[in-house]
Amino acid sequence: MKLRHGLLFTAALGAVLFAAGCAGSKDELVIGEYGSLTGGDATFGLSTKLGVEVAMAELLTSKQGKIGGLPVRVVVEDDQGQAAEAATAVQKLINQDNVIAVIGEVASSRSLAAAPICQSNAVPMISPSSTNPKVTQVGDFIFRMCFLDDFQGRSVAQFATQNLGLKRIAILKDVKSDYSVGLTEYFSAALKEMGGTVVVEQAYTAGDQDFSAQLTAIKAKNPEAIYIPGYYTEAGLIGRKARELGINVPLLGSDGWESAQLLEIGGDALNGAYYTNHWALDMPEPKLQAFLKTVREKTSGTDPDAIAGLAYDAANVLFGCLEKLAADDPATFKALASSKAGTPERKTATTKLRDLIAQTKDYAGVTGTITLDANRNASKPLVVLEIKGGKKVFNTSINP
Amino acid sequence: MSEFLQQLVNGITWGSVYALIALGYTMVYGILRLINFAHGDVYMLGAFIGLYASRWFRAGENPNPFKALLVLLTSMVLSALIGMIIERLAYKPVRKSPRLSALITAIGVSLLLENGGVLLFGASPRFFPQIVAQENIPLGLGVTISNQQLIVIAVSFALMVALRWLVLHTKVGKAMQAVSHNHMAAALMGISVDRIITFTFMVGSALAAAAGVLVALQTPKIEPYMGILPGLKAFVAAVLGGIGNIPGAVVGGLIMGIAEVMVTGYLSPTYRDAIAFVLLIVILLVRPAGIFGKAVAEKV
Repeated sequence: MKLRHGLLFTAALGAVLFAAGCAGSKDELVIGEYGSLTGGDATFGLSTKLGVEVAMAELLTSKQGKIGGLPVRVVVEDDQGQAAEAATAVQKLINQDNVIAVIGEVASSRSLAAAPICQSNAVPMISPSSTNPKVTQVGDFIFRMCFLDDFQGRSVAQFATQNLGLKRIAILKDVKSDYSVGLTEYFSAALKEMGGTVVVEQAYTAGDQDFSAQLTAIKAKNPEAIYIPGYYTEAGLIGRKARELGINVPLLGSDGWESAQLLEIGGDALNGAYYTNHWALDMPEPKLQAFLKTVREKTSGTDPDAIAGLAYDAANVLFGCLEKLAADDPATFKALASSKAGTPERKTATTKLRDLIAQTKDYAGVTGTITLDANRNASKPLVVLEIKGGKKVFNTSINP
Repeated sequence: MSEFLQQLVNGITWGSVYALIALGYTMVYGILRLINFAHGDVYMLGAFIGLYASRWFRAGENPNPFKALLVLLTSMVLSALIGMIIERLAYKPVRKSPRLSALITAIGVSLLLENGGVLLFGASPRFFPQIVAQENIPLGLGVTISNQQLIVIAVSFALMVALRWLVLHTKVGKAMQAVSHNHMAAALMGISVDRIITFTFMVGSALAAAAGVLVALQTPKIEPYMGILPGLKAFVAAVLGGIGNIPGAVVGGLIMGIAEVMVTGYLSPTYRDAIAFVLLIVILLVRPAGIFGKAVAEKV
């Protein structure tokens, strides 16, 4: 009796596995996406997801969600805002979900954790918004849709010294973030060149609750401004604490501040702060305004942040390259969809796809015109936003 | 000089929060010889109850002191009830078991509260509304204190004084002292030991909840895992002062807060979490019973 049950079970299991195997071999284009859907900077992951969803929805209305006759499917993985989880998520996307390309991350530390895995598996990875230069240096399968931190750090220094006339600047950085540490370096070097000085450099770690000690040490040095390259949660908390300690100088930030939650956390304390970003919602660009309209309809009135815009551009660049591959080289395109992860056919196909992404030129995105250079980076102008009366307002734009 | 004094003010603010949490550890240890590892998570629950209470009372819109007090009291009362439930359901059944079982139960309750918190509130941080409009009060010598910091310090010390009065001058407090000396003898004197133990848990949880709301007032980011580190550090503070000793917990908490802020301000923020454990090692080497603790010979 027992034996018969065992046999039955084995047979059933076999049938299930066989069915699963069949389902997996159906031709489709699976695109992986990983990001922080939860955790301390969850709006990064959620905005990326939103941007890709909007791109997918448009593909669905214009082409029934198909490229070259094959359906496109996006698999999203949550890395909980942790670098180790990002690596695991990408492993899973490549080995289990059999993805042909990966979109992500926002935070440079997490992109850096995942990029080597994509590189060694020859799966193209497009980071929509990681700005640290090291990200694309990992290898020739890693791309980005945004500007770099050497440019961003220099722009803040230029804005502070030339536009605001401030020379004595304090820095409060996140010691464990590649992004924050990198920006601090570029900013300090550029500031010195422009005749300013870094009066004091203090540090924190993401997840810290209390910043009073660091800010008190900064206050004692009487800076004219404080540069806080970091992410929005800490930026908001630091802004509030600074005002509480009676520090009223302008706060300067980076594109990691870009989140709808920034003002929710920081409140009035952030009025008079400036930060560098990829777009300003009040810019008249028609593509940007069209995207805004779509998102507002989808989310009942909520404005997207630039992270969503960059993800939308990343997805569309990828879709465009897949279209091109289907039109120019149908055999490789078919192999791309039908081959399994790790096989030589897959590798040849993804390398073709990689070459097409690398050729991206003058793509008109919602975050500006994207042309990828030899190092797989986009070179785009940057926008300085001013926080005024609880709103983010365009102040100036700086060209590379 | 003014920088040092300002750091001292910051340290005392943070330290008074540790002191409030440490009191709960020390009281429960004094009575049950149990280290209640779930205590830091009650602090987290206190902050979340405060968040929902301030939404319920709309305390974030045109903040006034009355509404803020209401939020604080709601959180303290509900957390006291949670403390009671935890004691009744988790600790009472293992009270007669070896001490290790109780300790492991405490760790289990802690995990349950943390992951239950993730399930209930979500893993992403939430932000506490500003229930007290922020104002700065200059203290002279270039030192400023915000009214929020002042509230944290004042409420903490008021609660500590109230606790001292409760323990020393009320009937239930005297019963608590009796139970802490000897359960059996206290029971023979007609004290309901079960009720005193439950009461102790309720008071400790209410104090932790108050700490949760006070921290959220200052640093508005709250999340289900926020109790782990402050809980551990408050435990160290309780050991530092002499576990089981109420004034010791207060002094230990203050030392801990000041040490953390000074290390962050003058050395490096990366040592912030390390200093707590350095203090623990030093005290265990130099004076294992803690600053105020009396060394008791272990009966073999």
